[in-house]
Amino acid sequence: MHIPDGYLSPLFSVGSGAVTVPAWSIAAARLRRSLRGRSVPLLALLSAFSFALMLVSFPVPGGTSAHAVGGTLIAIAVGPWAAVVGVSVALVLQALFLGDGGVLAIPVNCLNLAVVLPLLGFAMYRLAGGSRPDRRRRLWAAGASAYVGITAAALAVGVELGLQPLLFRAGAQPVYAPYTIGQAVPVMLVSHALGASFVEAAVTVLGLVYLERLGVRPFTMRDPSP
Amino acid sequence: MSGWLERTAAGIAGSVERAVFTEEHARGPGWLQRVDPRAKLGMFLVAVLAAGFLTSLPALLALYAVVLAAARASRTPFGLFVPRVWAGIPLFAGIVVVPSLLLGRPPYLFSQRLGPLTLALSIPAAAAALVFVARVGVSVSLAALLVLTTPWADLLRSLHAVRVPPVFVLVLSMTYRYVFLLLHTLSGMLEARRSRVVAPTGGREQRAWIAGGVAVLMNRSFQLGSDVYAAMLARGFTGEVRIHRRLSMRGADWLALAGTAAVGAAAVAAGRLLA
Repeated sequence: MHIPDGYLSPLFSVGSGAVTVPAWSIAAARLRRSLRGRSVPLLALLSAFSFALMLVSFPVPGGTSAHAVGGTLIAIAVGPWAAVVGVSVALVLQALFLGDGGVLAIPVNCLNLAVVLPLLGFAMYRLAGGSRPDRRRRLWAAGASAYVGITAAALAVGVELGLQPLLFRAGAQPVYAPYTIGQAVPVMLVSHALGASFVEAAVTVLGLVYLERLGVRPFTMRDPSP
Repeated sequence: MSGWLERTAAGIAGSVERAVFTEEHARGPGWLQRVDPRAKLGMFLVAVLAAGFLTSLPALLALYAVVLAAARASRTPFGLFVPRVWAGIPLFAGIVVVPSLLLGRPPYLFSQRLGPLTLALSIPAAAAALVFVARVGVSVSLAALLVLTTPWADLLRSLHAVRVPPVFVLVLSMTYRYVFLLLHTLSGMLEARRSRVVAPTGGREQRAWIAGGVAVLMNRSFQLGSDVYAAMLARGFTGEVRIHRRLSMRGADWLALAGTAAVGAAAVAAGRLLA
């Protein structure tokens, strides 16, 4: 799901910062107030875990592979705005050290995986009853919201790629990613809805089970006052 | 053990090995290694923006020649730099655009009828695909050169200098260290499995193993996080980020930045003339 440099117009990549940069600013402001002590290494650890998750590909039926992101897991564990920072950091490290995702494309990759995925996943988790004391309900909510979050991120990627030939052409030829919305969106949706999204849901549920066993309460069950 | 687990293990080991070499090379003698990291960050952004706007293959190749010259001046071994870049993302980009060659407009290089279908390789689509792959390759080369010539600590300082919020810099710094620890742990787990499994295993068993492995990795990582927090408290951590070394731009740094901007502008102008 990482978009490399060259796939999108620089105007599009940098322009997506109009959404991503304010999200980063809000996240930084919220974390300055609420992130203290033990949460700092926990967030860095979860960010590194997200980085490692994105390296490990799972084989799925059909011969393709998929990978999880962990964005909804981080959002449920330490808060949605912490997840924005955590996944953004993992994406920046991947872009710089592995060339996985472009550096100029960092704003748009963070928009998809660090803003859309965890914020939508967390909102769905709250709506699906993630704040309730019923543990089974919380875990089901976590799995379902993680599935929705990553699928929505995949849809965003498909739309962004599909807009390129519509907006940027040299004569009759597309200048950047060559596939239309009608081609890019179904490919992204099918490969994720039938593969990677299930992986994300499973990793999120398993991750929460272990965090709860280690004494880390989900963000929604903590005292909200700073 | 075969297939994707083996590829994953090899990929992780390769990542760690590359990172160690990168940090050593970034502290070595060379032109870009001496440039202020903030100037380098600016040079990189200007150059990758210029590459992003280019639609002419000759202009992209000329820009790539400048990148290679900068890599040579920074004593970056071509045997590592060029294959490392082109064997990854650009190769994948080439594979991704192959279907678009059959969806383009005439004139066609060849046309072959296969039952009800007609496969025709479009010449304009092929030319556009070449430009696309070249642009991806130049962009990835620029990012690789930035990382190969800049120590990680200097990259963090340059981010702080361009007003990236301290919380991002702090989490980036800690995550960088944790990543290598997690990669090392994961590599060890994969190697332990490889040394104990003597027969091929199916996808189902591998998925079950990786699910358990992810849980074990989280467990070990959480223990590490608790230990790190205790160590930070013991050393006086109060949540505030402090940057010790101050950066200062020299005349040569401003010249390098201005020169890169000039080259980028010239490439874009030449690209428009040639397109």
